Amino acid sequence: MKKHGNTIYVTTQGSYLHKEGECVCVRVDSVEKGKIPIHGLEGVVCFGQIGVSPFLLGHLAENGVSLTFLTEHGKFLARLVGPVSGNVLLRREQYRRADDLQESARLATGFLLGKIANSRTVLQRACRDHGEGERDAILRCAALRLKDCLQRVNQNESALDALRGVEGEAAAAYFDAFSQMITVGGEAFTFHQRSRRPPLDRINCLLSFLYSLLAHDARSALETVGLDPAVGYLHRDRPGRPSLALDLMEELRPVLADRVALTLINRQEIAADDFKILESGAVILNDDARKKLLISWQQKKTQEILHPYLQETVTLGSLCRVQALLLARYLRGDLDAYPPFIYK
Amino acid sequence: MYSEDDLVQLSALQHYIFCPRQCALIHLEQLWEENRLTAEGQLMHKRADSGKAETRGNVKKATGLLLRSLALGLSGKADVVEYLREEGGWRPYPVEYKRGRPRPDGADEVQLCAQALCLEEMTGKSIGEGALYYGEKKRRKIVPLTEKLRERTIETALGVHELLKSGKTPAPVKAAHCANCSLNETCLPDLGAKRTRVRDYISRMLREE
Repeated sequence: MKKHGNTIYVTTQGSYLHKEGECVCVRVDSVEKGKIPIHGLEGVVCFGQIGVSPFLLGHLAENGVSLTFLTEHGKFLARLVGPVSGNVLLRREQYRRADDLQESARLATGFLLGKIANSRTVLQRACRDHGEGERDAILRCAALRLKDCLQRVNQNESALDALRGVEGEAAAAYFDAFSQMITVGGEAFTFHQRSRRPPLDRINCLLSFLYSLLAHDARSALETVGLDPAVGYLHRDRPGRPSLALDLMEELRPVLADRVALTLINRQEIAADDFKILESGAVILNDDARKKLLISWQQKKTQEILHPYLQETVTLGSLCRVQALLLARYLRGDLDAYPPFIYK
Repeated sequence: MYSEDDLVQLSALQHYIFCPRQCALIHLEQLWEENRLTAEGQLMHKRADSGKAETRGNVKKATGLLLRSLALGLSGKADVVEYLREEGGWRPYPVEYKRGRPRPDGADEVQLCAQALCLEEMTGKSIGEGALYYGEKKRRKIVPLTEKLRERTIETALGVHELLKSGKTPAPVKAAHCANCSLNETCLPDLGAKRTRVRDYISRMLREE
């Protein structure tokens, strides 16, 4: 399987990227801070006020390196893409299936099976690692509820609405127990419920930031295999929403993003004062914390696992691409169903 | 006769001979991945392909010539076409540069022959032979453009057109040459061999505790 390419994350405000031969050169206040060869590079992600020269833009596009602009806080702004890639026939097939509600439900079932099974694995792992007393009971109970949801998703071909109902239930069960997986930090790291716009506590802030990184990878992966990230199955069309990228993310969130957040907190690599709480109650990461998080994220992505369907060793970082590829294979008729990534 | 809209890249012939699925992945799915082999090949072509022309005595050399054949429905570029002085003008002599060594499947000969057929159609001159230059051996191999080679080239072009017109990518077939394929990781040839049913996979994963 393809070696995971490197991604450059540029977080220093006022940095300027330009092309120097076959390298990306990073300057801050006209001082060269680093030079990275384009060969072997998979993506460049710029946070906030970062400048990029037109020649570098062209060179990246030509070499299939994605370039994304996010706000300082990880919200997606824009992405550079070269010529529209991929097979228009495949995209049409993607659209046709999205128009067919029964088929959409079939695909949504795959994404949800992955999501719920993997959420359950995260709970069970937390149980094994530090489950005792009441904590253990709550985690076990949540895992059981997810098992029930899994069976209901898998049993019969449900309509999209019914699937969404079970998804909501599963998400509630998972996030209700989420704070039990956090073993340190006391008051500063309590978690009540998901809040996104904006995140209202530190955990939500971490999760949102990690989800935006994952969304970026999912979007690039789909575009690379020639699918349109905007037309999804579980998530329906909404202008500006990368619905298929969100579909693809569902099964990977628990394994990639949630685990990174939990590890950072439980190993006390990130502390309460790594966050800023704004007047409104919204919580954002400070610059150092963002760097720590990006490093952990990159490390997580290099971890190798056996892909349960392909039975091949892959890195966690290549999962988006592998799953996007398997999805394209299914749409094209090579496979009898979409094989979600199920982590044990 | 094909229309200009229906022209297919000359390189598709080679891909098709190597593996019809590879041909479909590149020309239909528009997926292309660089590996060391293709990158080195490109570097060599950049050199051969500088667009310069030079004349030395009885040989005139043109690089990067744009070619097409409406009869075969092909278009592309010739690395180098040498023109040999003969009575009453110049005779075109295509030379195709290859990074590696001669391959047993004859795909290089077919590609060269296709270039020659394009040149014949465009210039009205008949071409008796061309050459393949192999970078690894630094040696030229003379290729006579026999009836048999011409027939194979025409058949291959027909095969490519049929494949691309169908819009369907053939299923993966795992073979020894997969190891040298730049699209190995996109093709996932193992999927064809193992072919675990996804439904079985899902029930196995959900059953295991």
